[in-house]
Amino acid sequence: MQAKKRYLTLFSAGACLILLFCFGGIQVPLSRKGPSRRDDRSLTGYHPGARCHNEHISPRQKRDAISGVYTGKRCRMESCFDFSLCQRNGFKVYVYPQQKGEKMSESYQNILSSIEGSMLYTPDPGQACLFVLSLDTLDRDQLSPQYVHNLKAKVQSLHLWNGGKNHIIFNLYSGTWPDYTEDLGFDIGLAMLAKASISTENFRPNFDVSIPLFSKDHPRTGGERGYLKHNTIPPYRKYMLVFKGKRYLTGIGSDTRNALYHVHNSEDVVLLTTCKHGKDWQKHKDARCDKDNAEYDKYDYREMLYNSTFCLVPRGRRLGSFRFLEALQAACVPVMLSNGWELPFSEIIDWNTAAVIGDERLLLQIPSTVRSIHQDKILSLRHQTQFLWEAYFNSVEKIVLTTLEIIQDRVLQHTSRSNLMWNSLPGGLFTLPQYSTYLGDFPFYYAKLGVKPYTKFTAIVHVVSPLVSQSQPVMKLLVVVAKSQYCAQVIVVWNCDKPLPAKHRWPVTSVPVIVIEGESKVISSRFLPYDTIPTDAVLSLDEDTVLSTTEVDFAFTVWQSFPDRIVGYPARSHFWDSNKERWGYTSKWTNEYSMVLTGAAIYHKYYHYLYTTYLPASLKTMVDQMSNCEDILMNFLVSSVSKLPPIKVTQKKQYKETMMGQSSRASRWADPDHFAQRQTCMNKFASWFGTMPLVHSQMRLDPVLFKDQVSILRKKYRDIERL
Amino acid sequence: MYASGKYSSRGPALIPRMKTKHRIYYITLFSVVLLGLIATGMFQFWPHSIESAADWTLDKRSVHDAPLVRLPVSSPIPERGDLSCRMHTCFDVYRCGYNPKNRIKVYIYPLQKFVDELGVPISSTGLSREYNDLLSAISDSNFYTDDVTRACLFIPSIDVLNQNSLRIRETAQALTMLPRWDKGMNHLLFNMLPGGPPDYNTALDVPRDRALLAGGGFSTWTYRQGYDVSIPVYSPLSADVELPERQPRHYFILSSQTAIHREYRAELERLKEENGEALLLLDKCSNLSQGVASARKRCYKGQVYDYPQILQESSFCVVLRGARLGQAALSDVLQAGCVPVILADSYILPFSEVLDWKRASVVIPEEKLSEMYTILKSIPHRQVEEMQRQARWFWEAYFSSMKAIGLTTLQIINDRIYPYAARTYEQWNNPPLAVKIVNSPLFLPLIPPRAPGFTAVVLTYDRVESLFRVITEISKVPSLAKLLVVWNNQNKSPPEESLWPKIGVPLKVVRTKENKLSNRFFPYDEIETEAVLAIDDDIIMLTSDELQFGYEVWREFPDRLVGYPGRLHLWDHEMGKWKYESEWTNEVSMVLTGAAFYHKYFNYLYTYKMPGDIKNWVDAHMNCEDIAMNFLVANITGKAPIKVTPRKKFKCPECTAIDGLSLDQTHMVERSECINKFASVFGTMPLKVVEHRADPVLYKDDFPEKLKSFPNIGSL
Repeated sequence: MQAKKRYLTLFSAGACLILLFCFGGIQVPLSRKGPSRRDDRSLTGYHPGARCHNEHISPRQKRDAISGVYTGKRCRMESCFDFSLCQRNGFKVYVYPQQKGEKMSESYQNILSSIEGSMLYTPDPGQACLFVLSLDTLDRDQLSPQYVHNLKAKVQSLHLWNGGKNHIIFNLYSGTWPDYTEDLGFDIGLAMLAKASISTENFRPNFDVSIPLFSKDHPRTGGERGYLKHNTIPPYRKYMLVFKGKRYLTGIGSDTRNALYHVHNSEDVVLLTTCKHGKDWQKHKDARCDKDNAEYDKYDYREMLYNSTFCLVPRGRRLGSFRFLEALQAACVPVMLSNGWELPFSEIIDWNTAAVIGDERLLLQIPSTVRSIHQDKILSLRHQTQFLWEAYFNSVEKIVLTTLEIIQDRVLQHTSRSNLMWNSLPGGLFTLPQYSTYLGDFPFYYAKLGVKPYTKFTAIVHVVSPLVSQSQPVMKLLVVVAKSQYCAQVIVVWNCDKPLPAKHRWPVTSVPVIVIEGESKVISSRFLPYDTIPTDAVLSLDEDTVLSTTEVDFAFTVWQSFPDRIVGYPARSHFWDSNKERWGYTSKWTNEYSMVLTGAAIYHKYYHYLYTTYLPASLKTMVDQMSNCEDILMNFLVSSVSKLPPIKVTQKKQYKETMMGQSSRASRWADPDHFAQRQTCMNKFASWFGTMPLVHSQMRLDPVLFKDQVSILRKKYRDIERL
Repeated sequence: MYASGKYSSRGPALIPRMKTKHRIYYITLFSVVLLGLIATGMFQFWPHSIESAADWTLDKRSVHDAPLVRLPVSSPIPERGDLSCRMHTCFDVYRCGYNPKNRIKVYIYPLQKFVDELGVPISSTGLSREYNDLLSAISDSNFYTDDVTRACLFIPSIDVLNQNSLRIRETAQALTMLPRWDKGMNHLLFNMLPGGPPDYNTALDVPRDRALLAGGGFSTWTYRQGYDVSIPVYSPLSADVELPERQPRHYFILSSQTAIHREYRAELERLKEENGEALLLLDKCSNLSQGVASARKRCYKGQVYDYPQILQESSFCVVLRGARLGQAALSDVLQAGCVPVILADSYILPFSEVLDWKRASVVIPEEKLSEMYTILKSIPHRQVEEMQRQARWFWEAYFSSMKAIGLTTLQIINDRIYPYAARTYEQWNNPPLAVKIVNSPLFLPLIPPRAPGFTAVVLTYDRVESLFRVITEISKVPSLAKLLVVWNNQNKSPPEESLWPKIGVPLKVVRTKENKLSNRFFPYDEIETEAVLAIDDDIIMLTSDELQFGYEVWREFPDRLVGYPGRLHLWDHEMGKWKYESEWTNEVSMVLTGAAFYHKYFNYLYTYKMPGDIKNWVDAHMNCEDIAMNFLVANITGKAPIKVTPRKKFKCPECTAIDGLSLDQTHMVERSECINKFASVFGTMPLKVVEHRADPVLYKDDFPEKLKSFPNIGSL
C-alpha cells in the first residue's frame, strides 16, 4: 500500500516536472526585448513544448479521422469528397441514365444536356469523378407541380450513390410556405449542393456552389447578350434606383419589401410594390396596399429596368430572386438587399466589382449610398455586369459549366484559375488553367500585367501534297517565312499520304524547321498545341500560300497590338440570308469582313489549345471528315472569346483568288462542293455556339505610308506595294 | 499554467498521511516544482510588463498604473462562440452608421490587470510587446476613436495572442467584465496561436460570445467566412533581420522548418534522394556552441546555414503544417521572396478574403507531398519570378509588422461594412507602381451601333467664313447627329442665326467665358452622343467618306483616339530627352485633334482628371492640347491611337505662312517641350508606337470604285 502510494506520488511529481518542462516552453511570452532571447523562443510551435505532442499523432491518421467527423452540415472537400476518383482520368462528369416514366422539368433537362455536351462529360461511370443525378431535384417545394415524390427511396436505390459521395445536386427552390427552409426533403448524404438562394448559414464554403435563380425560359446555349450598347457620359440614367415587385405583407422575408415605400420618392428613386398576388391577398391587406397598387400600375417594369442606373434586388420569400439576373443583363447595377444570401458563384466572382452589396438593416441609407458612388465607378460596375452576364449567366450551359469548373478548380488545386482569370475578360470558361497557370501565357492579360508577348513567331505550314520539285510553292514559302526577322521556328505538319521526305529535301533556312507527321493526317492536326511551339504567336500557313517576307513582318507587328485576335490576309464574310433563313458565307470582295482565313494568319498559340480542348468532338470530326471549314471554326472560336472581329492586313497579291485555277492539284479550293460545304459549316457552328459570334469589320490595316505619294525609300514596308 | 496548477494542488492533500521523513522529501520536491512554476511565471511576467510600460502610450498610462480588477469566481462565462455568426446576424451595423469617409471607428479599452480572487493574473504574460505594438498602431491610425459612444468596433486590451499563456476560464470572465461587452457584439479579438495540446484547436478556445476573431491558423471548420478574419502568425524574426541584397537562388526547394512531423520529414528525405541538389532539407542544429541563437541557424549533416538568410537562396520554400495550421515560417519565407509551398489541408490562408494567394504561393494537399517536385517543376519560369515578387510584396504590405497585420484586419472589416467603398482586388493585390497597370472603366469589347451617330465639336474664334465652310462640309457626313460650335471669342458675338448655313442636323453654339484651348474638350451637356468629332474651323479638306469612315473605325475602337494626320515622339539620344516628330515616318504614336473622333468620356477626363497642372499649362501656352489628349487616352487605356486614311496634313487655302504653325521652327521646339513636360507629369511615357493605319477594306484595290463603301478617300 505504502509502496503503491509512494509510486503514485512519485509519478505525479514526475508528471508535474514534465508538464512544467513542456508548458514552461510554451508559456514563454510572445516576445522579449532582447532579440537573442526572442530568437530562441518565439511564437512558432517549434520549441520542445510543441514537439512533445506533435510526434504522437500521425498526420495521416489525422487526415483519415477528419472524413469521419466532418459530415453533413460540416462537409468540406477534405472530408466528404473522394479525390482519388479524379486522379486517374482527370475531372470527368457522369450523368445517370434517364429512367423511363420519370418526369423531368425542362430546366433540368437543359442542365443534363449541357453537361453531356461539355468536354468534361464521360459516359463511363468508372471514369467519372463527379456524378449528376437524372432525378429532377430542381424544385423541392412540396406545393409545386414539378415536385418529385419519393426521392429519398429513389436516390438510395442508385447503386453508384455511395452515400452521396462525389455527387452534385442541383436545386433552385427548396422549402415551402410558411418557413421556406433550405432542406431538400431527402437525405443528400455527402453530396454537394449547387443551389439557388442559399444562405451563408447553410452554405458549406468550398463545398457547395451557389447558383443563380433562373427561369424556365432561360436559353440552354448561346444566350442573349447584355443590353449595354452605349456608354453615355455622364453615366446617370433617367432613374437612380428602381424596383417593381410583389410585397408579402406578412411572414418570412416580408419586412424589407414592406419598408421600401420609405425611400420611394416617385422621381429618381422608384420602388414599387403590389399586394395583389395569391388568392386571398385582400385578407392580409394593410393600409398602404391600395395606394401602392395604384402607383405600381403606373410604371412599366421594362422601361424602368432599361432606364435606371441602379436596380434594387431585395429578397423575396427566398433569398434570391429573378430580379438579379434581369438587372445584370440590363446593365442596371444590382443593389443587393438580401442579408445572408451567399451570392451566385461567390467563390470565384468578386461581386463588389459589379454590384452594390446593401444591408437590409440600412435600407434608409441606400439612396444616399448609391448617390455617393462616383461616375467612373458606375461605368466600371456597368461594364462588369455585362461581362459577368455574358461569361457565366446568360445560358443554362454557362451556369452549369461554371459550377463544374469551380469544382474542377478545387480538385486540381494547383492548376486552378486565379481570381483575375475569373473576374476579367474573357472569363474563366475560356481561360483553361490546364494550358498554363501563368497569366502572361494567355493572350488576354498583357495590358493588365504590363508585359508584352514574346517578340517572335512560329510558322506552322500545313502540307498535304508530296514534295516533287524544289520550285513548288511550299518550298518558296518556307524560305520566305524563315527569312522574317521575327521567325523563331518553322513547323511543317506533314498531312500528306506519302511518307516523309528525306531531311535534305527541305530548303536550308536560318531557323530550325521541324517536320511533324500529322496525327492521323486530319486537318485539325494543324491546330494542335504542339510543345515545339516556343513562341506566343503562331503564323498559320497553307502550303500554297504566297507571301513575301515584308508582308509577314508587317502582319506580325500588327498582331503585337492585337494579340487576342486573328491577324491575317485573305478575308471572308458572313451574312444572314433572310430568304433561306440561315447564315450565308461569301468569298466575294466586300466592303466588310468577319473572318480571316487561317491559310495565312497570325494568332496566339493559346487558340490552338482552345481549339483542341474546348471545341466538341462533333465539330472537329465534321471538319476532319470534310477537310474543310477548319478556318471558319477557328474564326468562330476566336471571335466568341474576344467578341471582336479579326484584323485584315494588306497584302501584295490577291491571295487564293489569283491562285485558283493554277496548277496546285491538291488545292481544295478547286472543289465545287467546297463552297457549299462551307455554307453548311457556318450554320452547324452557329447552332453549336448557340449564337453567331462573328463580328464585321470595315477596315484593313496598312503600313502608315502605304501607297502614299512619297519616296519609296522612305517606306519601311515598300515590298508590299511592289507588284 | 492552468493544467499544471491542477496537478500541484492535488499533491498536498496526500501529504498528511505520509511518514515524516517522506513528508519532508515530498514537501521539498513540491516546493521546488512550485517555486519553479512561480519563477517561470514571474520571470516571464514582470520584466516584460516593465518593459512594455515604457512603450504603451495609449492613455499615457503605464502597466504599473493599470487598475487591478478582481474577477469573482462566480462571474459569468461567455458562450463558446456561435459558428453561425455572420455580419448580418452577430454584428450591430447601426453602431457604425453612415459616414462620408466610409471608415469605421475603433475603440480600445483602457488597460486593466485582471486577477482571480487569489490575486493570480489571468495571463502568465500580461500584455505582450506584440499586442502592445498592435494596439499602439491602431490608436495611431485614423480608425481610432477615444469616444466609446461613437465606436463601431471595440478592441479589448486583454492580450489573447497566444492561447498558451492564458487561463481560459478567467480570460473569458474578464471579457464579460468589459463595460460594453454586450455578448461580444462588435468586439474584435486578435489571436495568433490558438489551441493547445493535445488537440490544438484551430480557433481560440476562450469562450467569447459573438466577438469577431482575427485568428492565425483557422481551419475551414472553425473559420466563419465573412465574419472572422484569418491573420498571419507574426514572425518576430522579421523585425530583426536585415536580409542582404537578392541572392542567386541555388536551390529549387528548401525546407527549413524544424518541427516537421517525422512522417513528413521522411517523405522529404525521399524527395531529396530522388532529386538531389535541387532540394535542401534543413533541420535544427544539434551541437551549436553556447550563445548562438538556435532560431537563427539551420543545419544539414553538420553544415550550418544562417536562417532566415538561406531562404533567399531558394525558389520555393516548404511551409508544412505543424501541430497548428498557421506557421510563422510563412512570414519568413515571404520576406525572403521565396515562393511558399503550403501544405496544410483545410488551412485558411492569411487575409484570404482579399489576397489572391494563387499569385504568390503554391498550395499542395498534404497527401501529395511526394508529388511536390513534379508539381513545382511544371510551373512556368516567368510565373515563378512573378510569384516571388508578389510574395515579397505581400510580406511588405501585410505581414511585416504587427501594425501591418492589425490595420489590414481593420481594413477588411471596414470593407465589409462599406462594401461599395471597398478596396478593389487591384488595390489589394497589385504591387504599387511596379508596372504601369492600365485601368480604364471602359474595358468591355463593345462596338456601339452606328445610330445615333456622332457630335461634331468645332472650336472657333473669328474665322466665320472658314467655319461656315467646315459646317457645310461636315453636314454631308451621314452619321453626323449634331453640330456644336464652341465660340471662343468673348469680344465678338457669333453671327446671327439667319446667317448660319442651313443643315439637316441640329446646330448649337456655345459661348465660352475665356478664350481657352481646353474649351474644346469640355464635356458639354449638349453632346448627347458618346462619339465626339473634334474639328478645327479650318479643316475643309476631309471628304465626307473620309469622315464617315473615321467614325466607322472609331466604332471598332471606341476607347481610342481615331484621327487623320499622325505624329510621333522620339527619344533624342544626343539631348537625352523626348522629341516631337512631324515628318512623314513609318510610325505613329499620336493623332492630331484638329480632326479626331473619341469618346466623350475623355472630355470628362481631360477637364476633371488631367494630372498635374497640364490643363492650365496648355491654356497658358495656347498649344499642345492635342498632345495632352493623346497622353491622357494612352495613359488610361495603354493603347495606341488609330490613324485613318493616308491624310498627313491639314492645309487650308486661306492660311498664311504665319498661320501654318506646323512649319514654324519654334512651334516644333515648343511641342517637344510639351512632350517632355507631360512625360514628367505622368511619371512615365504612356504613348505607344505603332506602324499601321486603318484604311477601308478595298482601299486602292483593283475593284470598281462605285462598289466601294468609301470610294472618296483623299490623299496626303
